[in-house]
Formats: sequence, C-alpha cells, structure tokens
Amino acid sequence: MKRLLPALLLGAALAVAGAAPAADAPAQPALKAGVLSPVMPAPLLALDGTDGKPLNLAAYRGKVVLLAFGFSNCGEVCPITLATLAGARKKLADAAKDVQVVYVTVDPERDTAAQMKKYLANFDASFVGGVGTRAQIDAAQKSYGISSKKIVGADGGYTVGHSSSIYMIDRAGGLRAVMPYGHPVDDFVHDLKILLRT
Amino acid sequence: MKRGAWWFVAVLPPLLALTWAGFAPIELPTRDKLFEIPKGTYARRMSGDRVDILPSRITLTLGVDDVLLLRNLDDVPQQFGPTILMPGQSFRLPFERESENQFDCTAHTSGTMTVIVEARPEWPWQKIRWRWRHWFR
Repeated sequence: MKRLLPALLLGAALAVAGAAPAADAPAQPALKAGVLSPVMPAPLLALDGTDGKPLNLAAYRGKVVLLAFGFSNCGEVCPITLATLAGARKKLADAAKDVQVVYVTVDPERDTAAQMKKYLANFDASFVGGVGTRAQIDAAQKSYGISSKKIVGADGGYTVGHSSSIYMIDRAGGLRAVMPYGHPVDDFVHDLKILLRT
Repeated sequence: MKRGAWWFVAVLPPLLALTWAGFAPIELPTRDKLFEIPKGTYARRMSGDRVDILPSRITLTLGVDDVLLLRNLDDVPQQFGPTILMPGQSFRLPFERESENQFDCTAHTSGTMTVIVEARPEWPWQKIRWRWRHWFR
C-alpha cells in the first residue's frame, strides 16, 4: 500500500488539474475593437464633404459612422482599409444603409474634393470624404489624436505616414470604439451588428 | 523517520505542485490587464520628473489576460495609440493574435509603450513557465 501511495497522490493531483473549471474559453469581449468608457461625444469636424456639403458628423445621427484618416495617393494602408470597410458594408447587405464611412484626408495639398470623391468611389460610392485647408485638417487630426508625417522621397515626391485606426461612432454620436488597423472584414461586421442594435 | 517518509516529505509536495502547475488550466478572474495613469502624471512630466509610471513593455497572453485596460485617472487628457483618453475615461483593447505592438503614449517618458501578445500556453512546461513568471515576476 505504501508503494502505491505516491502513485495514488500523483493521480489525485492530475485529477484535480483535469477537473479544474474549463477556463480555456472565458466570455469574449463584446466588441473586437477597443472600447471607450464612458462614451463621450465624438468631436465634430469643420471640413468640407466630398458630397458638396459641409461635413457635419451630427447629420449622421441615427447611423453608425466609421471615421478614418488617409489620403488618395496612399499606396499601402488606405486601399486596404477602404476595401475592408467596403467589404463590411457589402456583407451587411440591407443594414449597410445605416452605416456611413467618412474618410478625412491627411494630405490637403493634393486631395481636392473632386480627387477624393473619385478615389473613394473606387471602393464604395456611398463613402464621404472630408477635405479642407491645412489648418482645418490639423484641427480635425488633433481632435482625434491622429498623427501624420510627410515623407519626401528621392524623386522629390512625397508620401504621408499617418495613424490608421478606424473610429466607430454610435447612432447617438458617441465615440464608442476604435478598431486598430489590420482587422478583417468579419471583425467589422461583428462590431457593426452590435453597434447597429444599440 | 523512515527513509520512505523522508521521500514523501521532500519530493512529493514539489512533484504534486509541478504536476498541478503543468496540467491545470490557467485561469484568472478577468482577462483584463489593468493599467492606470495616476492623477498628477501630466504635472509630474511638466515638472521634469522622468520616472516612468507605467511599464514601457507589457506582455499579454492570449486566452488568459489578452485585454489591455487603460484607465486615465489624471486631470488632463492622455493619448494612447490612436485614442485620446479623457480624464476618468478608460480604453479596453482586446487582442486576438500573437503580435508586438507599439503605441504612442503620453504617459510614458519615452512616448511609446510596447504591447507583446503571446500565444496561450498549451503544453505543461509552457504552463509552468507562465505560472512562474506570473507569480514571481
């Protein structure tokens, strides 16, 4: 019996370990995006829209707004972000009518309203761009904590490095969540379905 | 004391502990890993205090503590990554992939915070290593 005791105790330890609560699958956070709490009003923008009207975020109350910053000559980040947002709207089908994508330029020197409108239409004709003077764009960036930096190339041309997260504004105009760059379409669909329900 | 009894006393408890540490599922009360920006952080920065209040490098583990929860208890807004945290506001950012992320952070003297997201420990030796780090770091 004495010789059996260590084996019995070891077996008991393994049984305890195995019988521990299944902690491997705790409840998932509600949103895939980073969530702000308490929700505060999304800063308004004093910009021109590519739809020919002043860009007024308050006019989109009742819709979920996906707000991002970029520029039409962007070769890396913006095409992926815009294609992802267009893909999410497509997957939402009828519910997409309550989702408005707003894309604000960080390159006001090159992005005119016409240029931005044409660029955004490549992804989804419903997307609205935000343009303005350098001072207006700087103010918009500051209000959301967006950083951008002009990077001049050897040929004298330039690109702009910029923050690439997507801000999620709920139907009441509250800045509810921030989705970091790189999330797939399904993560947006997941979060938008939740935001559209509330 | 008999030789067998010494064996029990010296070897069995650590062996049982190791067995438990290697096989029991890793469970924390919450998956949130909380960091607070204390009141007065901005004032300390402005007075030239260079002491880091928050760690500049944070490690999260998928499925265990994979949600970064940042709370701004300071009197002024603080920026973390793409987000401005107003006084009293918190930001809860979940991670789902192994990654190394750098965020701008105004609460750090260096201006950046690195968040490393590690895979969930599955094998016994991984669980033992995770527990060792968690308890003794």
